[in-house]
Formats: sequence, C-alpha cells, structure tokens
Amino acid sequence: MATVYVDNQTYQMNPDENLLHGCLSHGFKLPYFCWHPALGSVGACRQCAVKQFKDEHDVHGRIVMSCMTPAAEGTRISIADPEAAAFRAGVIEGLMLNHPHDCPVCDEGGECHLQDMTVMAGHDYRRYEFDKRTFRNQNLGPLVNHEMNRCIQCYRCVRYYRDYAGGDDLNAFASRDTVFFGRHEDGVLENEFSGNLVEICPTGVFTDKTLKRHYARKWDQQFAPSVCTHCALGCNTDAGERYGTLRRIVNRYNHEVNGYFLCDRGRFGYEFVNSEHRFRHPVLEGRPTSVALAQRHLREKIANGTVIGIGSPRASLEANFALRTLVGPDRFYSGMADDEARLVGRMLEILRRGPVRTPMLREIEECDAVFILGEDVTNVAPRIALALRQSVRQQPMEIAKRLKIPLWMDHGVRDALQGAKGLLYIATPYATRLDDVATATFHAAPDDLARLGFAVAHALDSRAPSLEDFPLAGEIARALKAAKKPLVISGTSCASEAVIQAAANVAMAVKAALSFTAPECNTVGATLLGGNPLSDAFRAIRDGHADTVIILENDLYRRAPDSEVDSFLKAAAHVIVLDHLANPTTEKAELVLPAGTFAESDGTFVSSEGRAQRYFQVFVPQNDVSASWRWLKPDHWHDLDDVLAAMSEALPELAAVRNAAPPAAFRIAGAKIPRSPQRESGRTAMLANINVSEPKPPDDPDSPLSFSMEGTPDQPPAALIPFFWSPGWNSIQATNTYQKEVGGPLRGGDAGVRIFEPARANGQSYFSVIPPAFEPRDGEWLLVPMYHIFGSDELSLSAPGIAELAAKPHVAVNTGDLTEGAEVEVSCAGGTFRLPVRIRPDLPPGVAGLSAGLPPLVGITLPAWGKIARPK
Amino acid sequence: MTTNNTEKPLTQNMRPDGSFLDLRAYEQAGGYHAIRKVLNGGMEPKAVTDEVKDANLRGRGGAGFQTGLKWSFVPLGKDAPNPTYLVVNADEMEPGTFKDRLLLERDPHQLIEGVIVAGFAIEADIAYIFLRGEYTLAAERLSRAIAEAYERHYLGKNILGSGYSLELYLHLSGGRYICGDETGLLNALEGKRANPRSKPPFPPVVGLFGKPTVVNNVETLSCVPHIINKGAAWFRGLGRTKDAGTKLFGASGRVKRPGLWELPMGTTVREILEEHAGGMRDGLKFRGLLPGGASTDFIVEEHLDTPMDFTEVAKVGSRMGTGTMIVLDDQTCPVGMTWNLTHFFAQESCGFCTPCWSGLGWAERILKSMEDGSGQPGDLDKLAHQAKMWNPGNTFCALAPGAAEPLESALKYFRADFERHITEHRCPWR
Repeated sequence: MATVYVDNQTYQMNPDENLLHGCLSHGFKLPYFCWHPALGSVGACRQCAVKQFKDEHDVHGRIVMSCMTPAAEGTRISIADPEAAAFRAGVIEGLMLNHPHDCPVCDEGGECHLQDMTVMAGHDYRRYEFDKRTFRNQNLGPLVNHEMNRCIQCYRCVRYYRDYAGGDDLNAFASRDTVFFGRHEDGVLENEFSGNLVEICPTGVFTDKTLKRHYARKWDQQFAPSVCTHCALGCNTDAGERYGTLRRIVNRYNHEVNGYFLCDRGRFGYEFVNSEHRFRHPVLEGRPTSVALAQRHLREKIANGTVIGIGSPRASLEANFALRTLVGPDRFYSGMADDEARLVGRMLEILRRGPVRTPMLREIEECDAVFILGEDVTNVAPRIALALRQSVRQQPMEIAKRLKIPLWMDHGVRDALQGAKGLLYIATPYATRLDDVATATFHAAPDDLARLGFAVAHALDSRAPSLEDFPLAGEIARALKAAKKPLVISGTSCASEAVIQAAANVAMAVKAALSFTAPECNTVGATLLGGNPLSDAFRAIRDGHADTVIILENDLYRRAPDSEVDSFLKAAAHVIVLDHLANPTTEKAELVLPAGTFAESDGTFVSSEGRAQRYFQVFVPQNDVSASWRWLKPDHWHDLDDVLAAMSEALPELAAVRNAAPPAAFRIAGAKIPRSPQRESGRTAMLANINVSEPKPPDDPDSPLSFSMEGTPDQPPAALIPFFWSPGWNSIQATNTYQKEVGGPLRGGDAGVRIFEPARANGQSYFSVIPPAFEPRDGEWLLVPMYHIFGSDELSLSAPGIAELAAKPHVAVNTGDLTEGAEVEVSCAGGTFRLPVRIRPDLPPGVAGLSAGLPPLVGITLPAWGKIARPK
Repeated sequence: MTTNNTEKPLTQNMRPDGSFLDLRAYEQAGGYHAIRKVLNGGMEPKAVTDEVKDANLRGRGGAGFQTGLKWSFVPLGKDAPNPTYLVVNADEMEPGTFKDRLLLERDPHQLIEGVIVAGFAIEADIAYIFLRGEYTLAAERLSRAIAEAYERHYLGKNILGSGYSLELYLHLSGGRYICGDETGLLNALEGKRANPRSKPPFPPVVGLFGKPTVVNNVETLSCVPHIINKGAAWFRGLGRTKDAGTKLFGASGRVKRPGLWELPMGTTVREILEEHAGGMRDGLKFRGLLPGGASTDFIVEEHLDTPMDFTEVAKVGSRMGTGTMIVLDDQTCPVGMTWNLTHFFAQESCGFCTPCWSGLGWAERILKSMEDGSGQPGDLDKLAHQAKMWNPGNTFCALAPGAAEPLESALKYFRADFERHITEHRCPWR
C-alpha cells in the first residue's frame, strides 16, 4: 500500500491503481465520467481533476487528472483546492452545454450518473445561450433505446462495446462537439452484451427499451436480489417491479461471478414474467378454480393415488426438494432427459472427486491460455464469452508490464498491445462468435473433438491414454503447459461423454482449471439433489406402478420425443403440473397450479460453478401465484428456512446451501432490509382507489427483506442487496460504495457459496475410452445441436424483445446440393421436421446443425443420425 | 553568439522557376553525401545522434524539442523491439504556415536524405512520410523522388552496401489538423480515429503499431544532412542566438511582400516584418502578429525587436511556433480574426476531451455573436474562463492550449475592440 496525502490527510492506497480509484475507494466524492473500474482510464472527460503538489513545500501545484495519475507513494493531492474545484465545475458546465436537460422525460432520470456528477461538481446555473446541437437517433433494435442528444461524449459506450465486448457495429463518428455514437446505419446491435450499454452510459443515451414499454422510476420500483434464470452461470441480478409488473433486470455486482456485466438474454429475458400466457390462478380441467379447491384436489390425488413426482432443472432446489419430500425419494424422478442427467452427473463427479477445480467466472478472466472443447460458449454460457474476451488480453499484458505502463492506463496499454491476443483454442462442431479472438479453431464432429482432447492430454502427460499424432494437439498442449493459469472449458453442448472425459483428461494432465457449462439455471442443483431417470417415470406409469404424476416446472415435451410424452401423459390417470407459463405439458394437465417465477418466489439455484445462490421474491402477486415449494410443502414447514433446514438434514451434502444468504431472522440493528428505495413515491396512494388507508405492507416470512421502503438505511450483505443506491450516488455507479475497494469484492464478501471443491488431489485416473474417428455416412447426416443465445432458452422466448431476435428453427449444412433458404425435410429418431436450410461452410462434412431448443426441434436426443431430403 | 552569416543550407539549391531538384540535380549540388558519410564512413548510430544533439537541432514543427534527445530515447541493438519506425510529420495544417510545403515541393531529396540519416541513427526499419492530403504537388514530387532514391539504392535493402535497410512510404492524410499532433498522426497512420494518445507511453517506446517510433517535422529532418556534412559547430554557428541553425520564416497578412525566407535563427521579428516582408501595405498600420501560426499568442509593437527563436519569443509571452507569422493590420477586425481562428480550432477538435470540444464550440459561438452584433456583457469573462480551461495539462493534448494563445492574447491586447463590439452591438469594421 502507498501513503497518499489527500488535502493533507494520509490515506493508504493501492499503488498499482490510479488516484481516482484510490479516492473513490476511500469514499471521496470525486466526480468522473469516462473512467470505469472495468474499463480503466483514458483521460477524456477531465472531470476528476485534482491539484497535485510536488512536496509539502509546493504551494502552487498543478492540475492533474486523478484517473491518469498513479497512486504512488508520497503523492500529494488536493480535491478541495479552489482551482481544482473551479476546473471541475467548468468541466461539468461544458459537458452540460448541449445536454437537453430533459430529465423529467428521460428514463435515466433519478438514477443518472450525469445528474449525480452535476450536483457533485457544483454546476447549477446555465450560462450557455446558444442553440444546442441535435442528432438523429437510431433504431438499435428491441432491447436498447438511443437518444443521442443527451450524449456528453465520454466514450464509455464505444470503449465498452468495442474494446471490452468485442463488438464492431457501434462507433464514434465525426468530431468536435458533434461526435455521434451509434451504428453506421439503423439496425439491431449485433453484440450479445449490448444491454450493458444501459449501465455503462452515464446518462440517458442508451436506455433499456423493454423498461421503456412499462416505465417506472428507480425510486418507484420494488427490488429484490435475484439470480438469472436464463443459463447455468448464475449471474447476479436485481429485479424491479411496480404494480405487479416486472419492470426490468439490472446487474447486481458480484466480484466472483458476473462483475459489472450481464448478457442480453439475462438482462432482457425477464419479460416472460409478465406474459399473458402466465397461470395466475389454478386451472382444473381447463377451467380456473379457487386455491382451496385446487389444494383439496391435490390432497385427494396424493391420498388416493400412487403418486410420482418429476422435478426440474429450472426450478429451485427448494421446489425440487419439496416435491421429493412429498412423493418420497423413491418416487422422485429427475426432470432431465436421461442422457443429459447422465452427462451432468459425470461432470459433477469429475469436479467433485478432483483433482481439478472449477473456476469462478472472475477467475476465467484471469486465465492466460484457454482450450474450449465442444462448447459454443457465446450461445450456451454467454457471460463466459465476455470473460474470455478479457482472458485473451492476459498474456499480452506482459508487454505492458515490461514497458511499465500501468495496467489501468487503458489506451496506453492498448497502444502497446496493438490488439495482441493470448492463447485461446476453440474446438467445436461449428464456428462460434469467439473464433475472432481464437489462436486456432478446429471444427469437427463430437467424436473427433474428443479425440483432439485425448491427444492434447497425451501430449501433456504420456500416462494419459495415447492417440497417434493429431493436428493442433501439440500446439495446444504447449500453450497450456506454458500458461500460468490454464483453463479448459467443456460441457454438455455436444451431448458427448467422450468430449467431457477428454476435457477432464486435459485438465488433469496440466492441472488446469476446468469449467463445465450446463444447460439450465439449476441443472447442477437438480443433479446434486438426485432423482431416478426420467425414463423410469415413464415406465412406472406405463407399467401401472403409479397412476398420478406431479410435474414441477417442466415442459416434458422439451425432454423427450412427443410420442413418448403423449403416451406417458395419456397413461397417467392424473396429471398435476406446477408451472408459470402455458406449455404443451400444462395443456395435458388435469390440474395446473400457478407457480411463482423467480420474481414471485424465493429459492436457490446452483450454478455451473457449483455456487449456491439465493433469489428473493420481488413482489407479492395480487393473484394465486405462489412458490412451487409452498404449494407442495408439508404443513409443518412454515417458511423457506424450514425447507432449507429439512433439506440440510435429508441431504447433508447440500447443507451449505443454507449459507447462500442470511436467514429470514437476519436484521440490521433490528430492522429488515427494504425492497423499495426510501423515496418510493405515491406508495400511500397506490391502492387509494380501494381503500384510503395505507395498507400494512405484506409480511415476508421467508427473507430478511421487507415489502416496503421501511427498514435499515445501511448497506445489506451482498446476498441481500436489492439495489445499489447511496447518498449522492443514485445511479448504478453507486456500486463503488458497496465495495471494499472499487472494482473489488463487496463488503462482507460476495454473494453465494461454493458447495463443492475437489475432494482429493488425485481423485481419479485418466479416462481411457477414446472414440473412433468420425466417419461420414452416405445419405445420412450426423445432426448436432446448434445453439442460439436468443431462441435456445425456453423462458426468454416468451419475452417479446428476445423473441423478436430469436433465430428461426433451421438445419445447417456445409455443402451438398442444398441451397440457402430451401425447405427440406429432416427426419431422425425424434421425428420429421420441415425446415429451411442454412449453408454453413464451417460445419464438417457429413455433419448438420439443428437449432437447439427452438420448437418444434425440442425433445430430440442429439447428436443423432438423420436424413435430409427435399420435400415430396 | 551572434553571426551575420548569409548561409541558406535549406534553400540554397532551390530554383527560382519553382521546379524541383530531381535526383541528378540534387546529387550535382552535393546531395546524398551525408548518407555516404554515415553509412559508408563507419559512423555508429549513436554517433549520428550525438552529432545532432551537439548541433542543438530543435524540432521545427513548433514545439522545439531537442531532436537528438528524442532520437536517443529509442532502444537500439538486437534486443530492441522490431521494427522501429521513423515518421515524417508533413501534415502542415497550422494556419498561416507553408514552410514545409516549400521544402517538400522544391527539394524532396533533401528530406529523403534526412530521413535516411535519421533512420540510421534510430535503426529504423520503416519510414513514413505523413503528408497533408491537399499537398498534391508535393505528393507528386515526393513520389517521384522516392522512386528515384529506390532506383539508386538509397532506399530499400542494404543501402549502399552498408547493411542498413530502410523502406520509405508516402501516406496522404485524410485531412484533419489533429493528425499533425504526433500521436494523433500515429493513430491516423494505423487507420484509427486521429485522437491523440495518452502519454506515457511516449512514441519512442510505444509508437506506430506499438513499436518504437520517432516523429520528426519536415524542416527538422531537412536540416540533418547539412549537420552531418558540415558538423554540429557549423550548425550552431548559423543561429544568431542560442538556438542553432537557420529557420524558414514567413509572413502572411496585409504586408507588402508576403513570403518565406531562410534566415538565421534569432533574426528579429522586426527584421522579418520590415525588411523581408517589406512592412505593412500602404495606408495600413501594424497592430500585432502571431509569430508562428494560429496557435501562438499575439505580440504587438513593443515586442518587434524580439529575436525569433524558441527561447526569446517565449519571454514575451508567445512562442516561435512554426516561425511563419500572421500579421494583423488596423483595418482588419481583431475579433473577427480571433473568431476565425477559434472557429478553426473548434472545427478541428477531435472531440475527445471536454474542455476542448465543449469549450471551443462555446467560445466560437460567443465570438461569432459578437461579430454579428449580439455580444453581451459578461461574454469576455466567459471567453477568458474558457481560455483558462484550456491551460496545458487541463486538456488531453496541445490543441486547446494552442487555441487559448490567440484568444487570451487578443483579449489582452485588443480588449477595447472586443468591448466596442458589445457596447455598439456591431462589428465596427463592417
């Protein structure tokens, strides 16, 4: 630590950082715009100016930008210096010259960094009397709104979008006071992380277009800490509601997981919560019914029938456990297709036995050589792709270190690196979005990908099963071996056990971190909870061992072929489904119980990292919607903590899940944590049309959060942060004030608890079953799943913005006599589908890609051999 | 040291008819002797740099940085990053400045020879001439001269059998003033927005494409062959003051003979204005001048005996800059002139740092409104405040500090004229 003098007081600052970073970490209110903890310093806005003095005798000093000055030992600065303060006031005045002052109609109003900094820098009177410059705004698609007149030219947007996220369709155009930040023409922003512009932009140029359709001010929303449901990574979010409508998702900083950024599916997929296809009341035999009747029906069926339960990888641990408890472990079945359950089980076994460890998302950013085996990361686990775009800068950072350029000096570092990329090897069935930063890519059928992996492992350690020389294997092995922090990424995407085992061999051979992707938000949790294979459930009904099935938040048509599910549901005398959205399974149900989404319930997901994370109910719905576990729980469980206690007892290896967040009894100085900001306006009038007395806020027995603006004014622990807001910091930039050191861990530790670590240093020996090389077949194609960030995820498809961008189901081939756009019939074990053709030269010969997760291409087990024919 | 030398090394061979010296003519005039001395005469790169350092050659682009010192920052030897670049800043866009144009159009081989010598000194592998896009005649002649030099093996692999190789490329600018900034230029050459770069790292360490790079002005490099040929002492002796060499001085505005002259460094402003430019046109009175381009402070009557060099002009609150003065007469509105200059700077701001893009636009509009008769009390304070916001260090590069110089000095010397615009609600000159 370095001693830095700020206005003659000493402070300890990190000498590897700049003065702005140090001052903010100590809580100084030093205004800034262009700097961002994740983006570093460029010195554009000049807002963070301070006076620097040579030594204690220097009375004149000179103005420096704190973001561009190292926090070196003995540095003397003054923030209060009148000249520095006057300069900062002049800068904010300059920034505001052309700003339209349209705060009342701006979506950023009330949570605007520009508003905060204007107040902080002391600018209140307008002296500029000329016309303001104006721009033509662009339609950037359904997710992000563009209002360029508000722009203050801080360059954060293009720096984030281009330099950090790797996008190239957003740029700075023109010069002087008319720089335009946009696309070369109207059109959907192509980058999958475009939504972060909403938070990166310090004012209202880029705002959330989905929020705009049902707008509410930040201070008028009721928030709860949540966990993203749209993939298995478990990015932390805060979800905001007003009048029973979920309004938006914002990033909830977690240093170990998502940091400052979310993917667009995660940020904008939430609108399924507001879908008109939601169940808001129980439905008995196609007609709405009362809760009492529904519960009686449920109890009757349980009492009189032989009941089995089918769980779900997209339902909470608590919901799955409640069903398991209700039907008994023997009659509880996994909600995943058998193959998938087996693969995930194998992955977890590898990670739990050891010796390799699965990294936190944050650690992925720090890896300096990465080998991706079989994963289309951007479309399956998007936030990892953003992390990998940072990891490829790790190794070239040595150049900057050698030249003694501080790593936070963003443009200086980039000038020195000149886009140099570290080592990233991508082996996938088809080209992926990350290929542009890859050192080398290899596109092959899953078996050949596995063979590459086995060959790399053997090149690293001759004790690993051998395979004759494989192109690229030596190079990849050398790269991983030379790395300080090597990483292997694989997962279930290829649905190949050989690929997973090969990845494990590589990781074991070089002691790399090993990250497995998983398909859904609680795939890992559901697997840890266990359950009999789904096919056994089908068999149990078919063979008459059971007559009633309770299906938890699961559309079985996405798990098995239509014919199998049809006959299963037909054979069951009573089908009871808990879910939130109508789907083909709920259509066949005798009784549908309206389950709460993440916004209307509490629960825990286990991410692909093995991190148990709690999400909390955002609002109390004015209907019959309730958490699934509450529908299913036995009478003696009263609240969430009872469920967790029972689960810890029944499944000791899940005991740590209780620690994912403080229990309901947690208080800060005797007070609960308010879900609503203190300024929540109109709350006393919200229900005045019903009763002029302000109703008592609903009780929340399940969490330490209150459905109110009343409660502690203090910052809660990380797992309980409903929104980031501090005095003077109304925007999301208030995150700074919740961190121990700006950009570092949250005070008191980040949210979530890793529930497994490798058990033993030599937990397992090498896998040795190497598949034979892929042989294309005449007249047949190996159909492999092809993933789409927008489309492959079930729930976000019900969000209008995501649905608009979703891929259309299609089949992709590399060649043949098929033409782009032609209609073909694809037939495989899962059925026959009429689909348009896409020509993808990157696919290996004999392999065809089939849109994954997009109806009707669901419930098919892939890879599978199939035929592609012109329709008769 | 004072000298009354009449030597004009830079322009001695230039032809009065405006044609240019081709390779033959240049060689006949003794050209390409310096590269032989350096490449075949067994000089070490460091010795070349030392000679230039010893000559006290200071950058002729306007900043006056020691050229030899700049070269000495470049890492040499086999462990140095590769390649090393030499970039000629021929993006002459400073208003009122046309000195490099003369050197480029009339004696391009003199520059090329300077490039080769400088390239050798810093062990450059590749050199670029970054030329102002509008200089089409210079582009034509440079292209021909470069081709000739390649043909004679003065450029390319193994120059004159010395083992030293240098590739030279001509690059035409897309045309922004900011490309003349050392690092804005490098970004432009890389095909990026011509925003200046943050320093450190400095170009000799991290320059073009991230490699060690020296950026030198045309006139600076044109001096180099002469220093090599005749020695540092001779070069130092050319100047009348402490600053060495000759300098191309120019004058524009309503003087009798606007033009460009090679004169000893330290020639007084008065001598340039009255003897060489012939004084003001009949009927006009002198009011002030910008000594070296738009981004230097006005000086007035009382400063006319100041010697033009990097040190002396600074003492009277301005800068020699490019040494090409813009002269203001009494029948031209100083507010209009200041508006014109500020408009230029506002227009050419790259839009990166706030005081520059924001403040220049504001100042430009205030000055325009004064000219249009709608100036208001308080405007002068706003202008002074903006000019202060552009102090060196407050902004990201030197553009806005440069813009502050004519504005601040105009407010100082022509304040009454500004005030009349406001009180009379019109421009008194219109």
